[in-house]
Amino acid sequence: MFNFHYRLERYSIRFAILVVIVASIGGFVEIAPLFTIDETVEPAPDMRVYTPLELAGRNIYIREGCYACHSQMIRSLRDEVERYGPYSLAAESQYDHPMLWGSKRTGPDLARVGGKYSDYWHVVHMNNPRDVVPESVMPSYRWLGRNELEPADFDLHLRAQQKVGVPYTDEMVANAINDLSGQANPDGKRAEGVLARYGEATNIRDFDGDPTKVTELDALIAYLQILGRLTEVAHQNPVMKKLEGPK
Amino acid sequence: MGIEERDRYTGHMTTGHDWNGIKELNTKVPKAVWIFLFISFVFSVICWILWPAWPLGETYTRGILGTDQQKRVDQVVERAIEDRAIWTGRIMDMDYGEILSDQSLMQIARENGGRLFLDNCAACHGKKAEGGPGFPALKDTAWLWGGTPEIISESIRVGINSGHEDSRASEMLAFGRDQLLPRDEILTVIDYVQSLSPVSADQEPKQDRNAAGKALFLENCASCHGENAKGDVETGAPDLTDDFWIYGGTRAAIFATVWNGRKGHMPAWQGRLSDVDRKILTLFLLDLSGMDVDGRSNN
Repeated sequence: MFNFHYRLERYSIRFAILVVIVASIGGFVEIAPLFTIDETVEPAPDMRVYTPLELAGRNIYIREGCYACHSQMIRSLRDEVERYGPYSLAAESQYDHPMLWGSKRTGPDLARVGGKYSDYWHVVHMNNPRDVVPESVMPSYRWLGRNELEPADFDLHLRAQQKVGVPYTDEMVANAINDLSGQANPDGKRAEGVLARYGEATNIRDFDGDPTKVTELDALIAYLQILGRLTEVAHQNPVMKKLEGPK
Repeated sequence: MGIEERDRYTGHMTTGHDWNGIKELNTKVPKAVWIFLFISFVFSVICWILWPAWPLGETYTRGILGTDQQKRVDQVVERAIEDRAIWTGRIMDMDYGEILSDQSLMQIARENGGRLFLDNCAACHGKKAEGGPGFPALKDTAWLWGGTPEIISESIRVGINSGHEDSRASEMLAFGRDQLLPRDEILTVIDYVQSLSPVSADQEPKQDRNAAGKALFLENCASCHGENAKGDVETGAPDLTDDFWIYGGTRAAIFATVWNGRKGHMPAWQGRLSDVDRKILTLFLLDLSGMDVDGRSNN
């Protein structure tokens, strides 16, 4: 057996190819089951997709590198569950391309931050985190409230998500640009369409407190306020219900 | 195996590589390494048997221990809830007055309430409940909706302008932006409001405008804030005669409030914090602001 390995090592290219093959078996064994085993992603029939505004916010979250300091993954550990809420389920990030679980927590986990604080708090916090959390080391993101969102090609963003398996309808894609501004203008005529397409529970608000324009801050807060709220499946676990109390 | 050459000094085989007469030895791997390698193989085989390991198409080997991290945390959390039941049960069963006079329970409420407060409330209301611009302080005795335990716990349950079905609702109109009052009348009524508050004691009240300011106040503001400007806990309208200001008591801050209106938002905590957690937080706040069950200050 050892002589066999000795012989393998004597021819470097052949040996390198064999190393790649053996190593890829490990990857295959880890990755392939996610596609073949149904129970890796829990059923979540009530789950909705991100609205265009939330998706734009998610893009900003990625652009600004928020994931480098904030995770979106509550692990199945007692202290995490008691602090943040029900542990994260795979289904909850099934429409995330790419997922933003993260692995580093300089700031707190954000998987269940949706609805935890007011929009106004987020506005103040993005403008200067130290105004509300004096010991915070988070940078200020003042430009988000000044930068207007550029919606020109947003239907293509939805189309791309559709191609990787997110169930956006063609109607959602066709109305993406209207829905983008509609969600941030509760009194506008486009808001109705957002509710019709994404559900009555969708947050339709002027998120950043500036009704004159739709900014990147509107999008980011819309995204943060939906984190952990796309589906109720994680809250339906009887033990988590006991922890959180009845609705 | 083309090379079969044994080094005559060490007794090891050589690799056949030769640098100017110096030959590389093919030294044997030490026994200890083989032993550890073997042990780790055996260890991994045992792990495959005990825990979930190998994928098998549409299913996988579950392991004979039946371990599931999600079920495990469910059990641990449930056991923790049961462990706490000794005192959570007492807190749920007793009324606020009894708990406030029970020092051992209050100690528990202080410890757990402090932790809950930091995790959930401190982001807005401040670590020491000192409040901040736009977020009321909770350590004082000025309560927008009333400071009795029942009212505080209800405020935590339903929130303010929160979207909860029983949410408290309160909104101050944008008198300037929506052109309900012209600019000079707003300034006049601000003079009047500032003259009521002890913060502006050092400022000279403009007596000549106060009559006009009072008339404007009675006409536009008194329906919520009351004729004596003491506020109204039914509508959540703040007392304007004390020195607590949510959005700031400077002339500029009051002008911004009157011009643009205010609509504060507090999330509802029902469904995020259990009944007993919310009761503990209420006790924590009563303790912090030194209040008794009737919402009166003991300090």
